[in-house]
Amino acid sequence: MPELTINRGVEIRNSRLEIHHFRVRLAVASAFVLCMFALLAARFVYLQVIQHEYYSTLAEANRISIVPIPPSRGIIVDRNGVLLANNYAAYTLEITPRKVADVEALVDELATVVEITARDRRRFRKLIDESKSFESLPIRTRLSDEEIARFAAHRYRFPDVEMNARLFRRYPQAELFSHVVGHIGRINPHELEQLETKGIDANYRGTDYIGKVGVEQSYETHLHGTTGVEEVEVDAAGRAVRTLSRAAPVSGNNLVLNLDAKLQEVVHRAFGEFRGALVAIDPTTGGVVAFVSKPGFDPNLFVDGIDPLNWKELNESIDRPMVNRALAGTYPPGSTFKPFMALAALSYGKRRPEQAISDPGGYRFGGHFFRDDKVGGHGMVDMYKSIVVSCDTYYYMLANDLGIDNISTFVKQFGFGSRSGIDITGESAGILPSQEWKMKRFKQKWYAGETISVGIGQGYNTYTPLQLAQAIAAIANDGVMFRPHIVDYVEDVVTRARTVIEPHPLHTIPLKPEHLKVVKDALVGVNKEGTGARAFAGAPYVSAGKTGTAQVIAIKQGEKYIESRVAERFRDHALFIAYAPADKPKLAVAVLVENAGFGARAAAPIARKVFDYWLLGKQPTPLKADDLKAGRD
Amino acid sequence: MIRRITRLLTAHIDSQLLIAALLLMSLGLVTIFSGSNQSVPRLTSQLANIVVALGVMYVFANIAPHYLMRIALPLYVLGVLLLVCVALFGDIVNGARRWLYVGVTRIQPSELMKIAVPLMLAWYFDRYEATLKLKNYLVAAALLLVPIGLVVRQPDLGTALLISAAGAYVLFLAGLSWRIILGLGVAAAACMPLLWGTMHDYQRQRILTLIDPTQDPLGSGYHTIQSTIAVGSGGLTGKGWLQGTQTHLDFIPERTTDFIFAVFSEEFGLLGNLLLLVLFLLVIGRGMVITANAPNLFTRLFGGAITLTFFTYAFVNMGMVSGILPVVGVPLPLVSYGGTSLVTICLGLGILMSIATHKQLIQS
Repeated sequence: MPELTINRGVEIRNSRLEIHHFRVRLAVASAFVLCMFALLAARFVYLQVIQHEYYSTLAEANRISIVPIPPSRGIIVDRNGVLLANNYAAYTLEITPRKVADVEALVDELATVVEITARDRRRFRKLIDESKSFESLPIRTRLSDEEIARFAAHRYRFPDVEMNARLFRRYPQAELFSHVVGHIGRINPHELEQLETKGIDANYRGTDYIGKVGVEQSYETHLHGTTGVEEVEVDAAGRAVRTLSRAAPVSGNNLVLNLDAKLQEVVHRAFGEFRGALVAIDPTTGGVVAFVSKPGFDPNLFVDGIDPLNWKELNESIDRPMVNRALAGTYPPGSTFKPFMALAALSYGKRRPEQAISDPGGYRFGGHFFRDDKVGGHGMVDMYKSIVVSCDTYYYMLANDLGIDNISTFVKQFGFGSRSGIDITGESAGILPSQEWKMKRFKQKWYAGETISVGIGQGYNTYTPLQLAQAIAAIANDGVMFRPHIVDYVEDVVTRARTVIEPHPLHTIPLKPEHLKVVKDALVGVNKEGTGARAFAGAPYVSAGKTGTAQVIAIKQGEKYIESRVAERFRDHALFIAYAPADKPKLAVAVLVENAGFGARAAAPIARKVFDYWLLGKQPTPLKADDLKAGRD
Repeated sequence: MIRRITRLLTAHIDSQLLIAALLLMSLGLVTIFSGSNQSVPRLTSQLANIVVALGVMYVFANIAPHYLMRIALPLYVLGVLLLVCVALFGDIVNGARRWLYVGVTRIQPSELMKIAVPLMLAWYFDRYEATLKLKNYLVAAALLLVPIGLVVRQPDLGTALLISAAGAYVLFLAGLSWRIILGLGVAAAACMPLLWGTMHDYQRQRILTLIDPTQDPLGSGYHTIQSTIAVGSGGLTGKGWLQGTQTHLDFIPERTTDFIFAVFSEEFGLLGNLLLLVLFLLVIGRGMVITANAPNLFTRLFGGAITLTFFTYAFVNMGMVSGILPVVGVPLPLVSYGGTSLVTICLGLGILMSIATHKQLIQS
């Protein structure tokens, strides 16, 4: 069958052609396969050779977690080693709110295992509001042993709650040092920003707290220490698998203060119920021995974040316990200004010590009668007497003779109107009036009549108790001014080396010794036979002082100030500045008692107790507010 | 006598394919042990899988190809029916309707289609061998598109693409005109924006993730980033067996299945990867040779499709792990843990062996 043969031939040829076509296609496919595998190989070379280092770094970064170990904060002690601030370890329960869907429900459930008070909840809510993203925040701090055990038993129920051992700050003296030692608190965004600009934020990794007020704040860099690091191998879930390396943290340095805790307590008790401030300075070094602002508050409230209720109470109290009166409160100096006026008179040659004026009970200037305290006047008054009896008329006239600019130029040397530079922040400069100041402040010229009241420490001028203390210390120290400082020395926690905060003589005021002697003698006279005599009766040491009374409200002309008729908050402030012993001063003190009336009655006895303690080691019985008011001292 | 029995028993075994497959399985076992944190149960379980898979391979190597031709159409019809059932009554798992509950167990019919579709197309082309016209290609395209459409609807884009690839290989090998291929390519490129519009969000996310995995490092980009780090940090010689940090600290997901290559790559480095590529090429190359010498159109097309599908699995898996392809659930053939995949692949290799050893029988 030829046809069939032919057909079969065609079929075979077709088949061969078909196989040929197929093999071409197969070759193309093979080439495709090879290309794709070459692409893979190229990718492997790229990843594993060219980019190997990069990916190795990433793998290491994945694997290794750097865990900061916060250092233990330096402790603070007084001059005798009494603890003012220290640390203790305690367990906390912490939650990272951003990782938890329903924080309230979690806290409710947690409350069935450990006690969570309303205060804890308020505090925690406030922390959430203030916190950065992904931060673990304490819901409970300072767990008791029993609570630790209870939580541990129920731990499986709370995968989102961490129990951590943390160091806590404690202020054993509580209210006694609230303003001067200050306290720490949680780092807020603003402080974090500051740390970042200073480039020291890395050292704060793992640290939640920072000094907020007082020495805790101003010596932050010394106290904080160096954060340690631990390299931990972690798995993808962030669980630590093992520790690879560890650099131990270095504790912060300790602070030894010039302050005396016992004296501080003496002062607190001496103030009784009164508000006010006291600063006691060693005039030969500027070291601050007592620094009190009353009322205070318990700084321990702030340590793990103050709850809004306590905060509100402190912040809105009319007693304003949060204000550091000694540092930031400004008050008219009243008659305590007179010794400085007298020195100015002598320096400018406006008065001779023995030159006496006649005091008719006041001074008439420009149709205005400036009343003296004593009705009918003090009679003939020389400089000594003007200070001892605190004669206003003498200083009305003197102020007029000196003129405002001479007064301000002179007293400026004692630190009035400028910040002392003490080693805690928040200081007020006060107001030292002058023609220039008034022009700047009120865009008005100075009226000569305004100088008259400045002469007795009223009018525009207001100063801080710290400035008064520094100024009286300068007189005690014959014009050598020191920068006041709270901290005596910083002790390196490792080497025990001490960095002494050097007594820092600011300048020496050019005062003639004979001028100084006149004023100093008069100040001794105050405590011997003048306005301070009653408070210092029977003291076995010679002291120098000056009383003062600062008006809170203006008394209308021709009207007399009668204490019992004035509401308590508008009563005069009592002031007293003093130093002792008079010949070789060891301590200079400025006392301010708010709304307590005459300085002689309310403020001077407090200074007496300070000197009794400091010079004689006497610890007096507590003084009752009633005693102060009744003037029985 | 013994020699004759041995020869008879091994008559249909292709030694090159077998050796390459065994080597790949061994590497798989080694890597599974590491990836499972040295789990012996997992190792023995995979060993059992291998025994079963080799059994399946042996059986299919001994079945002559023309028996397969007979089941092509029924298998395809069954597969399409099951896919329809899935669309109607399937179980929804992870937002996709892929599983069908049949009595005691759930099955995923789309897996079946990976074999049924190329088998069907090879059978169809073989049947109309003498009179292949454009019409036949259109019918073939329809045969391909119906199951793909059903799988896309589930939605399971990865499987759909793999089925498409298997079908497309058959069409290509059957001699689809280059002009049409080119035209389809252009059309596909033009359809991309349209396709994008019909995609589900997570599908788009996978593609975006591929372009820039760092965009969503903790979300969909996480697996790609971590597996790329594993590969890159492996370096030239790798970190050593059981020493991969990415692996052992849980940064790699699915360490014994879909992402086993990341483990292998981290611990054995570039040298290990190249060895793996060579072994895959041995399998593929042998498959190509067998296909080139296959006796008829059916065996040529089916054998070619099996070989190229094997290649596709390997390529897609390694490409996914090394960050050049999106994350699709494709195991690394012969290496990944898992019975289904192992059995399916060995079944394919068995068919290749059968094609290699049954040609004389058919031709005569």
